[in-house]
Amino acid sequence: MSDFIGRFARLREAGDCAAIIEAIPYARLMGVEFCEDEDGHLLFRLPFNPRNVGNTRLPALHGGLIGGFLENAALIHLMWNRESQEAPKIVDFSLDYLRPGKPQTLFARCEITKQGKRVAHVLIEAWQDDPARPVAVARAHFLLSTD
Amino acid sequence: MTPAPVNPAVLEAMSALFVSLPHCETLGFQYLGTDGRKPVLKVEWREALVGNPGNGVVHGGIITSLVDTTSAIAVTAQLPDFETIATLDLRIDYLKAATPGRAIFCRAECYRLATQIAFTRAVCYHDRPEEPIAHGVATFMRESSPIPMLEGGAA
Repeated sequence: MSDFIGRFARLREAGDCAAIIEAIPYARLMGVEFCEDEDGHLLFRLPFNPRNVGNTRLPALHGGLIGGFLENAALIHLMWNRESQEAPKIVDFSLDYLRPGKPQTLFARCEITKQGKRVAHVLIEAWQDDPARPVAVARAHFLLSTD
Repeated sequence: MTPAPVNPAVLEAMSALFVSLPHCETLGFQYLGTDGRKPVLKVEWREALVGNPGNGVVHGGIITSLVDTTSAIAVTAQLPDFETIATLDLRIDYLKAATPGRAIFCRAECYRLATQIAFTRAVCYHDRPEEPIAHGVATFMRESSPIPMLEGGAA
């Protein structure tokens, strides 16, 4: 078991979401936050930070940054919802940009569409003012076992 | 013979702009130049970009931003004049894990510039494009905004 998986499991048991982000350097650099609601669903947040801008004239969040935020959300969501000795490995990631990311908080939720023995499929949706008006939707495949 | 950029002034200004955007500067993207119409970017490995603290592998999001940015520059190598573009969709295949501690390069090309959409493909690698660690395809909307990307209205 890698140290990270063990640490992740301990922090999840403690409900310490902030410490999980703290353990993932790039998630910390982006400024990601997340929490678990009463129903046990994870809500991811990316408060606006000028560092994350990709169009200074509009201004708008960088498309790559939005991708990184969603991919990171999918990985945490998957690790939070399964017991494993191995970290899932991303196989591919597909992202559709629907609206510009305005300079304000970006939210995301994930759904595990399918979890097989070897591969998991995760859907991710991001929005700002209104969940019915998504900024981006994405899906990712993760390899669950390296055996 | 490798074709030259359609408008070198557009490529020069837009490549400089794209790597200087706050997010790209935060990640430390460097523009190494353009071979014909295929730009190459580089990002050095550093601890802040890691996604898996267990093994030091760079976060997939860095690859996404690198592919997005290099592909956008590849589009500008095909543009006759300044215009604002925006990513419409993007797909990354992670072919193998990046090696911790090593710089990652990305080379992209815009293989079709249609009236409204630009189509791109890109590879990320350590040593040679023939040994890719990731492959990315993307589409961009042309003239996505009336607001020019460059100050002063040049773009």
